Amino acid sequence: MTAHVILRNVTKRFGSVVAVDNLNLEIARGECLSLLGPSGCGKTTTLRMLAGFEDLDEGEILVGDRVISSRFKNYYLPPEKRDFGMVFQAFAVWPHLSVFDNVAFPLQIRGLSRPEIREKTTKALTYTGLLDVRDSYPNELSGGQKQRIALARSISFNPTVMLLDEPLSNLDPKMREVMRFEIKELQKRFNFTIIYVTHDQAEAMALSDRIVVMDFGALIQQDDTPVNVYLRPANKFVFSFIGLSNFLAVELADGRIYLQGAREAGPVTAAVPPHAPGKPPTLACRPAEIEMVPTGGVRGVVTRRVLLGDIIDYRVQVGPTEVRVQRNVRKPVFSEEDQCGLVFSALHWYDESGARVPTP
Amino acid sequence: MTGTDRKFGIAEILLLFSVLVLVIVVAVPILLIFWNAVVVDGGLNIAGIVKVLSEPDVFQAVVNSLVIAGAVTVVSTVLGVFFAWLVSRTDLPFKETMKLLFLVPFMLPSFIGAIAWKMLLSPRAGLVNKWFMGLFGLEQPLFNIYSLGGIIAVESMYLFPFVFIQVSGALERMDPTLEESARISGAGLLTITRRVTLPLMLPSIAAGALLVALYSLAHFGVPAVLGTEAAIFNIPTLIYQKIYASGGRFEAIRAGTILSSILVTAAALILYAQNLILTAGRFQVIAGKSVRPMLLKLRGLKYPLLSLSVLYIAITVLLPTVTIFLVALLRTYGLSFSLENMTLHNITYILFTMKLTKDAIWNSFYLSLAAALVTMLVGTLISYVIVKMRVRGKFLLEFLGLLPFSVPGTVIALGVILMWSGKFGVNLYNTAWIIFVAYIARYMAFALKSTSAALEQVGDSLEEAARACGATHWQAMKDVVLPLIKPGMMAAFFLIFLPALRELTTSVLLYGPTTRTIGVAIYALNEDGETVYAAALSAVALFIIIVGHWVIKRITGTTKIGGAS
Repeated sequence: MTAHVILRNVTKRFGSVVAVDNLNLEIARGECLSLLGPSGCGKTTTLRMLAGFEDLDEGEILVGDRVISSRFKNYYLPPEKRDFGMVFQAFAVWPHLSVFDNVAFPLQIRGLSRPEIREKTTKALTYTGLLDVRDSYPNELSGGQKQRIALARSISFNPTVMLLDEPLSNLDPKMREVMRFEIKELQKRFNFTIIYVTHDQAEAMALSDRIVVMDFGALIQQDDTPVNVYLRPANKFVFSFIGLSNFLAVELADGRIYLQGAREAGPVTAAVPPHAPGKPPTLACRPAEIEMVPTGGVRGVVTRRVLLGDIIDYRVQVGPTEVRVQRNVRKPVFSEEDQCGLVFSALHWYDESGARVPTP
Repeated sequence: MTGTDRKFGIAEILLLFSVLVLVIVVAVPILLIFWNAVVVDGGLNIAGIVKVLSEPDVFQAVVNSLVIAGAVTVVSTVLGVFFAWLVSRTDLPFKETMKLLFLVPFMLPSFIGAIAWKMLLSPRAGLVNKWFMGLFGLEQPLFNIYSLGGIIAVESMYLFPFVFIQVSGALERMDPTLEESARISGAGLLTITRRVTLPLMLPSIAAGALLVALYSLAHFGVPAVLGTEAAIFNIPTLIYQKIYASGGRFEAIRAGTILSSILVTAAALILYAQNLILTAGRFQVIAGKSVRPMLLKLRGLKYPLLSLSVLYIAITVLLPTVTIFLVALLRTYGLSFSLENMTLHNITYILFTMKLTKDAIWNSFYLSLAAALVTMLVGTLISYVIVKMRVRGKFLLEFLGLLPFSVPGTVIALGVILMWSGKFGVNLYNTAWIIFVAYIARYMAFALKSTSAALEQVGDSLEEAARACGATHWQAMKDVVLPLIKPGMMAAFFLIFLPALRELTTSVLLYGPTTRTIGVAIYALNEDGETVYAAALSAVALFIIIVGHWVIKRITGTTKIGGAS
């Protein structure tokens, strides 16, 4: 695959804060890439540099073999010349224009003929399901429909690159799921490259071909397929960002693994991972990957039980350690102060620096 | 149980009191004006109205008012929008300072400005004109300030901040992604300004422009100072002229009521139009998250445009102010500004010797203080009933609360004369009380505006939480609501005290032999040709105003910090 969008050594500072620190990234043509990270990590700044709203302090950005931003050459193609589609978090549809005029705006700017504008706008409205409300004004429409206008407006001129800045976070959860699906459908139809900024890991998983998990300074923590990001988080940061997590300190004795200070509770049945002498790695596991049994397992006491609808959220005390467990509500229920055994599966190991230790 | 089924409680008493205040202070005087304009000896007086309106001087005054208001609105809007755009959408240097400077004309009294411009640009004696004629050996002055153009120019200088405030506020609150999405759609800055920014700003621009129209239509000071010499009258100055010339004869007052009715009707129409625009145009353009707005890089135009702005401030604010202070120090008007011609005598004379000015300063001071205090307190109460209380008949108060906004100062003065000169058993004519009552009516709008804004900021749940903790209605008010709206009440106090201190329009129709105010005294001294004393008293007034604004800034600055913690 050839790279479509390339970021090279991109750095952006706001005063003394380094918002984006030497970012290198290549996005393939037609790929859907998510930038995933906590708010303030620099993902939106990265997107705004791509769009041309922010200058670079170092590095350059290319589309194909064409430079669009370069600190070195002090060259910045202005946003209006980049031919990118962009969808904003707060919709940014123009309240004084009808739905049709909102969507037709980029085409009018490009000086297309009237029939062409009508044809392309109608097409974009059809694909986003807005044809029936084309003469309405945005204030008469729901949040989901406003975001559809923004989508229709950004695809109306057939851009090859589409930038989406948390486009679904102002919508209610149901609408979010519908729109995820629709964005994916639009991409299949138009085959544009998507760069999608979000802090919602489920959204990133559902949409992307590739996820880049970022920490503050837009430092890349993992750059991988959604499945790998979920199944093999590259470090502790990614593991805890992707879902609920337990990080458990362990000690080793006689070639077995025990939770720290709880040897009497029994061993964790797993192979001992490679480690430096005297410094066992940290065990990480998801609350949903732990089974609770009446007898056997690592023994502990239920200290708290909370019903969350489908699942029950338990806190189990094992020696000095508290373990979080989530189980389906239909499985046998334990009460607070009950004895139980924990059976761990899908274990991950991280060393002192937080890096992943391959499971033996 | 007590209190559950009583028909007449504290809420009803407060409502009744509020309604009563607004009826007596504002509503009845206005009704009296309409009544006297239309009814004579128990019959309709249509013929009389037609006769008054067809008098050439009345017709000309109506035309002048419209021409002046129209032109001032256009000029102020252009200036206000341009400067607002410059300070909020470009990378102009020293933007924050420039923004404050553009608001300075707001705090300066326009009639003092007019006096200064008369000193600078009167056709014969104007300093600039004399200098210009001397320089080129000409007989013709550079510019005659005694003209419609002069009145329009000077009024615009003082009224453009209405547009500036509205538009710069709206530009700053606007969601920047609305412009960014246009940009990424391929539009350049000019196209964005034309097709996105300006249409979205239109309601704010219109609101500011209508405010200017409203003020200009009913403006007395500038046309009184600059127009009388050239026999140019607008509606307010003609009302004054008629009443003053006739010594308060009832025929003159009747003509005044007819002209006032026109003013009130026009003002009501303007406010109605403004309301329509603001509700129809209430687009949701407020930013979701704080992103820096796009700033136009001025590049080569940066310093030329900064110079233009500084020059504008220097000519419209600094030059007249300095002129007033310098003339205030002159031994005799007409001497050159050299050190040996300068003296502090004028200042000490008007402060300590001259009875007219001593009285005026004292009168203005206690009248403004009393009016500000009373209006602020009553205004807070009325706002509280309107904003916070659930009580039947509130709509009546809401309607009455709109009245003070639409009544020009001249009209208030006339209404107060009709109401309080003995016809209804109380005669306050020629006393300070009549000015006091007029000030309350004139400034009630200011009090209502800032206290209701403050009260709207206090969520109902805060008061309810206090009640839930066991506080009585009164305790909740005293310990929760009042501390939270204190900054709003302080603002209301100063918003009334400072303008009242230099009030002219209303006082000039109401003053008696011993109840001249600062504004009236300056106006009278200027009319009588006592130019240096007029300048000296103006300088004192300007000094008090500047110190007052500095004090406000200190107070509101510290309360803001206290409120944020």
